[in-house]
Amino acid sequence: MDFLIFQAPMLMVQATMDGLIIGTIFALVAYGMALQWGVMNIINIAQGELVIMGGYVGYGLYVLGIHPAFGVVLAPFIMYCVGWGLYKLVINKVVDRDLFISILATFGISILSQQLMNFAFGADVVVANSNFGTLMLFDNSVTLPKSKLFSAGVCIISAIILVIYMKKSKLGRAIRATAQNARAAKILGVDTEKVYAATFGINAALCGIAGACVAMTFTLHPYTGLPYTVRSFMIVIIAGLGNLPAVAVSGMGLGVFEEWSDYLLGTEFRIAAVFSLLVIILVWRRFKLARKREYLK
Amino acid sequence: MNKNTILYAGLIIFGLAGAFIFPAYKLQLSFLYILIVLAMTWDVQGGQMGYNTFGNILFFGIGMYICSSVQIGMFFDLAEWTYAGGEKTFVHTVPQFFQGFTVGLILAGIVPTLIAGIIGYGILGLRGHYFAICTLALGIAAGEIAGGIELIGAGQGMTVPVWPKDFGSNELSSEFFYYLSFGLAVVTFIVLKWAYSTRFGLVLNAIRDNEDKAESMGIYTMRYKIIGWMVSAFFVGLAGGLMGHINGYIEPTEIAFAGPTFGVFMVLMAILGGKGTLWGPLIGAVIFHLFKEGFWTYFLGWQYVALGVLIVVIVVYFPEGLMGWIREKYPEKFGEVIDEADRKAQVELK
Repeated sequence: MDFLIFQAPMLMVQATMDGLIIGTIFALVAYGMALQWGVMNIINIAQGELVIMGGYVGYGLYVLGIHPAFGVVLAPFIMYCVGWGLYKLVINKVVDRDLFISILATFGISILSQQLMNFAFGADVVVANSNFGTLMLFDNSVTLPKSKLFSAGVCIISAIILVIYMKKSKLGRAIRATAQNARAAKILGVDTEKVYAATFGINAALCGIAGACVAMTFTLHPYTGLPYTVRSFMIVIIAGLGNLPAVAVSGMGLGVFEEWSDYLLGTEFRIAAVFSLLVIILVWRRFKLARKREYLK
Repeated sequence: MNKNTILYAGLIIFGLAGAFIFPAYKLQLSFLYILIVLAMTWDVQGGQMGYNTFGNILFFGIGMYICSSVQIGMFFDLAEWTYAGGEKTFVHTVPQFFQGFTVGLILAGIVPTLIAGIIGYGILGLRGHYFAICTLALGIAAGEIAGGIELIGAGQGMTVPVWPKDFGSNELSSEFFYYLSFGLAVVTFIVLKWAYSTRFGLVLNAIRDNEDKAESMGIYTMRYKIIGWMVSAFFVGLAGGLMGHINGYIEPTEIAFAGPTFGVFMVLMAILGGKGTLWGPLIGAVIFHLFKEGFWTYFLGWQYVALGVLIVVIVVYFPEGLMGWIREKYPEKFGEVIDEADRKAQVELK
């Protein structure tokens, strides 16, 4: 472990800023995961694949000559349809069953989509250049690509729009009602089937927006979906279901952690650090709860 | 009793003679036996205990790396071996190969068991899906960390010691590993069959049915959970050590700690055959292996798509598996007694 942190503190500032920005993307994906976990009680392992799919929408626009920033607008619509279709095909059969069944079924979907994306887009690592330029701060020692700022802004705005939608609109109220008590909602006239489909579609749309941002700021590859799933799962279990500010804060915290471990441990251990953090958090949580004689359900 | 002995005898004869009946398929059959071991040991956690784990692959990879590293490290410098990266400048002599292999295999069984014992107290305290995702992260994290350690080859992996030339016939190496993996599968089956018939099996089932009630009845569930995990770790570690040699090459994320492939296959085979039963994972492993080889042969290019579809179909439509389906149709064979009045009532309802 090097002491770069003392020799070049600006690197840490760079890492922190990068982390905060990438954290907003993670937080958006985590919000989608929290949404479907809270409403439908399923854990979607294919979340990462949905993100990458949204990314490929943005990349497709770039290949066609259109600026990839429009991917942020187009991706949610396409991904909403994909999510809705996935729900009708597979997910509606695993909704009211054991949570583990949903993990396995979505694992199958994730393996499927990885391969399909591999066929459709090839196994090259691609990026959608947005040519936004770079901001230089602190006497040119901290570089901040404007595309990252753009992504962060998009994610924050999407989250705010979603919160307002959930609060005010009829569908939003129906979703919240189904999350609280599905049976009671059914009795009171809410079509839970439509609500579940819409929730999964909204989750896919959120992943699409996040993916379009990822396409501009990072790289896309068909097989790099699983880390996004694990990150969003981690954020949700730290923040708890239904607690949006906590999701945002944990997302940014995770982003900072990841960037710091990238600098301190080396890029080859970045993914390992993310997964190991999940194990450490869960085990630490387990020991803390065990003292109160409880366990995570 | 007679039917059972005929069945067991038939299976053992098939296993012993298989190397000679299907000489071209020795590697496939060895692979099948390894899959059987993986499925049966998964079932100790998943089916009998109700703790669905994606993380037994951790022990598989550890066993694989330890067996080969010890076998190399006893006679040569491990760092030099991995640095040479396939240019075989080091060759084991016959006694060196077998000494190293024996020690390596023994350690490949013991070290994962110890690791399971150490981390078991923390990890097995989690429940349900938290346990599942935690073990998934554990397996993949181990793969990524192994991909970063230079001593064992980092991302490029490491070649396994090569079978000594001119020792026996050409086929001797594949026959050797065939019989070793068959022996491992048989030993695993016997040990687990015995274990399920003792109090240990009953405790595992009690943990699955309702862990809190089992605790309050006075069973030290943590102790049994850890022992169960250690047993699984032992056999999976041995299987890993063997697999390294059968495959010839160890790669951290694709072969050793292959969470998304072997890790999920374990779960799938047990569910396909019927989790919670003794024969279920075995039958599931056989059927799954046939499917997989069929997919890889006829759907090459689309094999992972077919695999994903198979996973979804099994999980959504056949979660009880083959043995579960048979159990529904013929409950008497499983020792369940149906009251005549209940059975008539059931028939009338339909």
